[in-house]
Amino acid sequence: MADELAVASRGLTKRFGRQAAVDGIDLAVPRGAVYGFLGPNGSGKTTTIRMLLGLVRPTAGTHELLGAPMPAGAGQVLPRVGSLVEGPAFHPYLSGAANLARLDAADRTAEPGSARRRIATALDRVGLSAAADKRYRAYSLGMRQRLALAAALLAPRDLLILDEPTNGLDPQGTREVRSLITALAADGATVMLSTHLLSEVEQICGYVGVMHLGRLVAQASLPELRARAEPRVRVETDRPEDAARTLRELGLSDVETARNGATGRLGPLAPEKVVAALVHDGVGVRGFGVVAPDLEEMFVSLTGEGFDVSG
Amino acid sequence: MSVADLSRAGAAVRLRRPNPRFLRSELYLIFGRRRNQVGLAVLAALPVILAVSVRLGDEGGGGDGPNFVGSITENGFFVALAALSLEIALFLPIAVSAISVDTVAGEANIGTLRYLLAVPVARTRLLAVKYTAVAIFAFAATGLVALWGLLVGVAVFGAGPVTLLSGDQISFAEGLLRLAAIWVYLAIGLSALGAIGLFVSTLTEQPIGGGIAVVMLSVASFILDSIPQIEWLHPYLLTHWWLAFGDLLRQPVALDGIRSGLLSAAAYILIFTSAAWARFAGRDVTS
Repeated sequence: MADELAVASRGLTKRFGRQAAVDGIDLAVPRGAVYGFLGPNGSGKTTTIRMLLGLVRPTAGTHELLGAPMPAGAGQVLPRVGSLVEGPAFHPYLSGAANLARLDAADRTAEPGSARRRIATALDRVGLSAAADKRYRAYSLGMRQRLALAAALLAPRDLLILDEPTNGLDPQGTREVRSLITALAADGATVMLSTHLLSEVEQICGYVGVMHLGRLVAQASLPELRARAEPRVRVETDRPEDAARTLRELGLSDVETARNGATGRLGPLAPEKVVAALVHDGVGVRGFGVVAPDLEEMFVSLTGEGFDVSG
Repeated sequence: MSVADLSRAGAAVRLRRPNPRFLRSELYLIFGRRRNQVGLAVLAALPVILAVSVRLGDEGGGGDGPNFVGSITENGFFVALAALSLEIALFLPIAVSAISVDTVAGEANIGTLRYLLAVPVARTRLLAVKYTAVAIFAFAATGLVALWGLLVGVAVFGAGPVTLLSGDQISFAEGLLRLAAIWVYLAIGLSALGAIGLFVSTLTEQPIGGGIAVVMLSVASFILDSIPQIEWLHPYLLTHWWLAFGDLLRQPVALDGIRSGLLSAAAYILIFTSAAWARFAGRDVTS
């Protein structure tokens, strides 16, 4: 597997009983990228992340983190990986700082002498300094999430695997985390980010992988993914049926009518030809546009409309 | 220097010299927790209750195993022995069960296990450190009862030469040595129970339920040990040998029972720490 990949997997599979939670996925997260790992609830994202970190043993397949095979290289590579898996988890009767001290004490690569300073810095980076000595029990969900991020930043990291890092944060917190991730990436760290918030992905991710029913149904850079999505034309008119007929005659596929117009997949045709044809056919064009599908539409087209969780 | 520069400078991660930080953190979790402090206070309360009630009533009742309560009035030394022989039947096993099952199951229950493993802490190391902490707790809890019992006893009844079970008399100083030996012997026995607890801890994410299971196991072991019809089973019972600590109070010391007790404890420790490792080393952590 290529050395320029921070996360690489080949045929990574996890079966629980007869069901494949993750089904032969080939992840490729380029070094230095911010990679959005998307998918509906239950699509296998968290199981994948658990496998990447060596918490769950794959049924089949291999993977590498930062070029080191896992789980054999865990001792060497995981100290350079900060992670947030399925929400924060800490000892409720210890303070935030004491919880971080415990994680640091468990790390055989951490320098004891600088622990206090590194903990203070990490807490400061996530804006939790004021609550450092409060018991974790008394933290709000947003504060807990921040503490989990601080734990991921306790040591210098080359790779951050973050499972829904902005979950439970208020709008300011979400912004802060977003700029934190951007800053980390600017420093050269690779960030793999699982999230539901597509706006978040559009703002900070350069690469996207989409999971559906345990499979990786798409993986590409965001511009590439956008280019792949075919634009649609939208005609506003008082005669939707006639407009639709013209569009079909022009060879547009997937034509649909609405109350005040019609839409269709443009294909290789030039948009101005469509307008000319409509006018020629006597369809009164009140408005015309070419729309590229946004990320949400792409996401839904890849993973289906249903509201049900993936089984 | 940026985050990434720093880490690239040490691209190959360097392990630091072994240090006791993680073990210290474990001990802090155990001894710093209010619940456990209350438990230790309960263990320490019994010698006081014992000494005061004997002082007020001026006569002793019986207990299982060697009966030291009757000797308390002669010498405060026996408050420690009586407290140990009373607490080894239930209170100390409860304490050790709770702590030992909390090791892995407690971390799994609140989800911190996944973050410890991702630090990373190698699973074998995790078990080793956790079990060391359990053994230290077993020594501390037993030592607390022995030492506190001694202090309370001497304060209420005074100190003096110790009359052994065999009728011989030894000096108070030698008595202290015998008490120390009993302390170590019982703590090793409880550490063996802790090994069972560690194993149970790798089976469940419910520390309370697992703890109750281990307590029931030790109680069942005491009960089976009291049924003469199944005498063939007795040498294999963990708790069977615990009460042999009375042998350390004979002149000369009868080592047979003690030796068997130590062997039995060693066997239990070996078997159950291995079982814990076999279970935990490859387990999927989904909590």
